Amino acid sequence: MRNVYFIAARELRSIFTSPIGYIVLTFFLLLNGWIFFGLLNRFNFMSFLYMQMQNQQALMQMNLNQMVLAPILQNMTVILVLTVPLITMRLFAEERKMRTDELLMTSPVGIGEIVLGKFAAAFVFLAVMIGLTVLYPGLLFHYGNPELGPVVSGYLGLLLLATCFIAVGLFTSSLTENQIVAAVSCFVVLLMFYLININSISMSGASKDVLDYLSLIGHYEDFVKGVIDTKGLVYYVSFIGAGLVLTGVSLESRKWR
Amino acid sequence: MEPMIQVDHLVKRYGEVEAVRDISFAVQKGEIVGFLGPNGAGKSTTMRMLTGYLPLTSGSVRIAGHDVQREPREVKKRIGYMPEVPPLYLDMTVGSFLLFVARIKGVPARERRARVEQVMHQCSIADMEKRSIGKLSKGYRQRVGLAQALINDPDVLILDEPTAGLDPQQIIEIRNLVKSLAGNHTIILSTHILPEVAMTCDRAVIINRGRIVADETIAALAAGRSLEEVFIQLTMQPAAA
Repeated sequence: MRNVYFIAARELRSIFTSPIGYIVLTFFLLLNGWIFFGLLNRFNFMSFLYMQMQNQQALMQMNLNQMVLAPILQNMTVILVLTVPLITMRLFAEERKMRTDELLMTSPVGIGEIVLGKFAAAFVFLAVMIGLTVLYPGLLFHYGNPELGPVVSGYLGLLLLATCFIAVGLFTSSLTENQIVAAVSCFVVLLMFYLININSISMSGASKDVLDYLSLIGHYEDFVKGVIDTKGLVYYVSFIGAGLVLTGVSLESRKWR
Repeated sequence: MEPMIQVDHLVKRYGEVEAVRDISFAVQKGEIVGFLGPNGAGKSTTMRMLTGYLPLTSGSVRIAGHDVQREPREVKKRIGYMPEVPPLYLDMTVGSFLLFVARIKGVPARERRARVEQVMHQCSIADMEKRSIGKLSKGYRQRVGLAQALINDPDVLILDEPTAGLDPQQIIEIRNLVKSLAGNHTIILSTHILPEVAMTCDRAVIINRGRIVADETIAALAAGRSLEEVFIQLTMQPAAA
């Protein structure tokens, strides 16, 4: 287990000394800040409008959770689909390109430890990235009184979802020594899982159930509503587990080619 | 006493291509053996199998009494390996890189700092400790590569073309360094430069097209002839099918 920490620590240091880490962080926060500002603006404008119209009923319907927090959490998933591949692309592809994999593979370190170390590093970076956005709900709690439950469950869902994205990125990075190929294939797989149940609305029976269950985003909607469903938890955890195992298999099999 | 490196009937096949065909040799403790052959003879492939980086197709490799396939971790603890391209993280400083290698090679925490100091001293890179590896010249990178191989004070040192691409001055420095390591470490180094073997090694194993064509002491090999003549004669022979 110590080896996992050693590898994760080195990797994190690498992420934080490379420009790509900061570019991704900036892009992520800038875009989210802009969207948050837009949503808040709309909320204020509508409140103002209903007040002018003295529409008490509509004013009662105004809800920070539904009109600002839920949409920002939804939007963040799209931005994560765009940014996570940029964080994960280097994890294994760069080692292979720079031939440093030869050092790791000839050290008394297991493949599982290498995979977990890389995974942990990407997870910590992502947790920091997502953690910084807690500022948005923080502001709302300071100036308003939204409900806490859905925010907590929403963030838990977001972290799980983003971790699934990392699992995909880790795997695609283990397949190639080209970082661009790794990023693009991660992006393609993520989009596929994002859109997998887009047509299930016109289906019925088992095929609909399967597609809906496979959708990464489908389960997330429950979390944003404030529902922590075990079905969703199990789905995310097994998705992450599958990604890690596949990465290990891919690294192991590379030796045989 | 069991030899430090024991290779028996080693074979590596990539699909139809046989890169290494039935190689056997042994290296005793404290020996420096030169692994000599033209480019593409199977030197790197053999060395990578010794380190456990590549799986064997058949045969066996034992390092310090441990089988590389059955006890890869035990073997990896006891070797220092410098591949053809030194495995360096260019964004790290020399000191932090060596500390990282010490960690994953299993050097105990309280000895790490001292080991890093010692290998930096041995490889004359102590004044480069705070420099970023990406900014170092090729000669210095090669030395950092050697330093990382030495960090766990390995029983067996496997060096794949340690002097490739260096200028004459640097070549001499690396050679002297390798020579100074003999005795405490068992060393196997590959090269296609003949004088290198004559100058640094006790024994030469000459390999051509995946087969061993000679395994003798330098003196016996070159008796009365120049090493060039021997090498060309041995490696020009058509490989028997």
